[in-house]
Amino acid sequence: MKGNEALAEAAILAGCDGYFGYPITPQSEVMEYLMLNRPEDRTGMVVLQAESETASINMVYGGAGAGKRVMTSSSSPGISLMQEGISYMAGAELPCLIANIVRGGPGLGTIQPAQSDYFQSVKGGGHGDYKIITLAPSSVQEMADFVAISFDLAFKYRTPVLILSDGAIGQMMEKVILPEQRPRWSEEEIRKNTPWATVGRTKDRKNNIITSLDLDPNAQERHNEHLQRKYKTIEENEVRYEEIQCEDAEVILVAYGTSARVCQKSIELAREEGIKLGLIRPISLFPYPSAAIQKYTDQVKGFLSVEMSAGQMVEDVRLAVNGKVKVEHYGRMGGMVPSPEDIVEVIKERIL
Amino acid sequence: MSFETKKFNCDIATPENMVYTKTNLMNDKPLSYCPGCGHGTAHRLIMETVEEMDILEDTIGIAPVGCSVLAYEFMGTDVQQAAHGRAPALATAISRLYPEKYVFTYQGDGDLAAIGTAETIHACNRGENIVIIFVNNGIYGMTGGQMAPTTLPGMKTSTSPFGRDQKEAGYPLKITELIAQLPGTYYVTRQAVHTAVNVRKTKKAIRKAFEYTRHKKGVSFVEVVSNCNSGWKMTPVDSNKWMEDNMFPFYPLGDIKLPPKQ
Repeated sequence: MKGNEALAEAAILAGCDGYFGYPITPQSEVMEYLMLNRPEDRTGMVVLQAESETASINMVYGGAGAGKRVMTSSSSPGISLMQEGISYMAGAELPCLIANIVRGGPGLGTIQPAQSDYFQSVKGGGHGDYKIITLAPSSVQEMADFVAISFDLAFKYRTPVLILSDGAIGQMMEKVILPEQRPRWSEEEIRKNTPWATVGRTKDRKNNIITSLDLDPNAQERHNEHLQRKYKTIEENEVRYEEIQCEDAEVILVAYGTSARVCQKSIELAREEGIKLGLIRPISLFPYPSAAIQKYTDQVKGFLSVEMSAGQMVEDVRLAVNGKVKVEHYGRMGGMVPSPEDIVEVIKERIL
Repeated sequence: MSFETKKFNCDIATPENMVYTKTNLMNDKPLSYCPGCGHGTAHRLIMETVEEMDILEDTIGIAPVGCSVLAYEFMGTDVQQAAHGRAPALATAISRLYPEKYVFTYQGDGDLAAIGTAETIHACNRGENIVIIFVNNGIYGMTGGQMAPTTLPGMKTSTSPFGRDQKEAGYPLKITELIAQLPGTYYVTRQAVHTAVNVRKTKKAIRKAFEYTRHKKGVSFVEVVSNCNSGWKMTPVDSNKWMEDNMFPFYPLGDIKLPPKQ
């Protein structure tokens, strides 16, 4: 399956209640797959093509506020349009899944893969102090696996969860093992599992309100403090990463998504030349696996952050390393993908 | 319905004299609206309708950005507060995900006819099974009286201090007539709440709108032409008079689209 198709099928299998989206390359296969496979006949899942990304994310807001498992997907320019809605959902503490199949920017940019939306994703792309859990798949299998995980995290913490993929993973075809079908929640289950949701007021409670507004600065500050405590809890409990050949490494690459795949080839090439190269692949970008990087600062000569961007994640690597060893960045932009050979050359030139 | 005389500082407010009680679905919190504003009455009519139809457990409201942003503090139904202009998108999703529920949006003219024009038109065009209550007072009240898409020609606001010049600012948008052209709208009407007679007519229209939702007819759209005495810088009485003399000729009251005869 294509990565985008695996994401779509996994959504049906995860018991997703509703998908709201707008076409944009390179992720249009998500909605195309859903429309073609008629999930309304399989699970009752609603699929709707909205008039814009702005409408899509606000449909997601409405569905999430009513306790439903809802999602959208888009690519960079569309995700920019959604930032208002994502900020509102972070403020109103609504669970949802957003997939960004990143393409090169800025502006209309290109339809080729990139990783230049890192800042937007993990530093809070919209207004206000907020973070959203961000997972970065590096295979078609992970495109499928991360859907159910994302929904679980979204409801556990009442937060939007972002799958930050890229045009290469979205478009590539690989074998994928799909999970079992999970049931959708009934209205009774929604009332029980999400007692805060606006499902219709019963006589035993006051009206439920979904809002991000509080005009009283004291109350708004308390709300912000509550959000910050939540992000701290997420940082303590939900860090995910993979270490590849780091045990004896003298240089460690840090890369996620497509870049991490390229880096695995670089490890092979480097080790053939006698350079002990390893890779830390952050899977959760927020929360960031800082401790996993810190652990190796006494062992390695340096870290190289490899990204399809001008150098965004490298800032978090530098924060983790905190000046103890050299941290360099190597990246390609505008839809170009780094080559394994170039990465090895950069290590020789700048770190060894 | 319980009646407590102690709430009223008035000798004649006794149970035997009682001809009207506030619906249980209006919360007790004092309204934040200016004296003379129509919002409170419009809120009440919706809540009375929900109570009379006994559909509280299946009703979800959407509040806008604007003066009625805090509608959820006054209305007793479950309510979501939407980003500016996006209420019809929220309502679309909720209605699709809960086809048996009653979903209504409550929006002002800036929210519905300026920043939310796309959401309004497309929700209407898709024929979403929702009720849209559109309160049109021709001005942005919340932000201090700026020009709205529905501000009348020549009308003075803080961003059209010499009166709305159509050559510069365009013409007032008759969005209600516009969406009435779309096949997805089933019932489109324009009412007011400044007199007892108009209040009764509006109540009837809102009831009809919710009944059409029950029968899954698509969009029912009720515009309420209202005043904004603060924004218009008039007394409540003068603003109602000005509304009759100026707003009603441009935005004539009455049904704009009726369901086809059976």
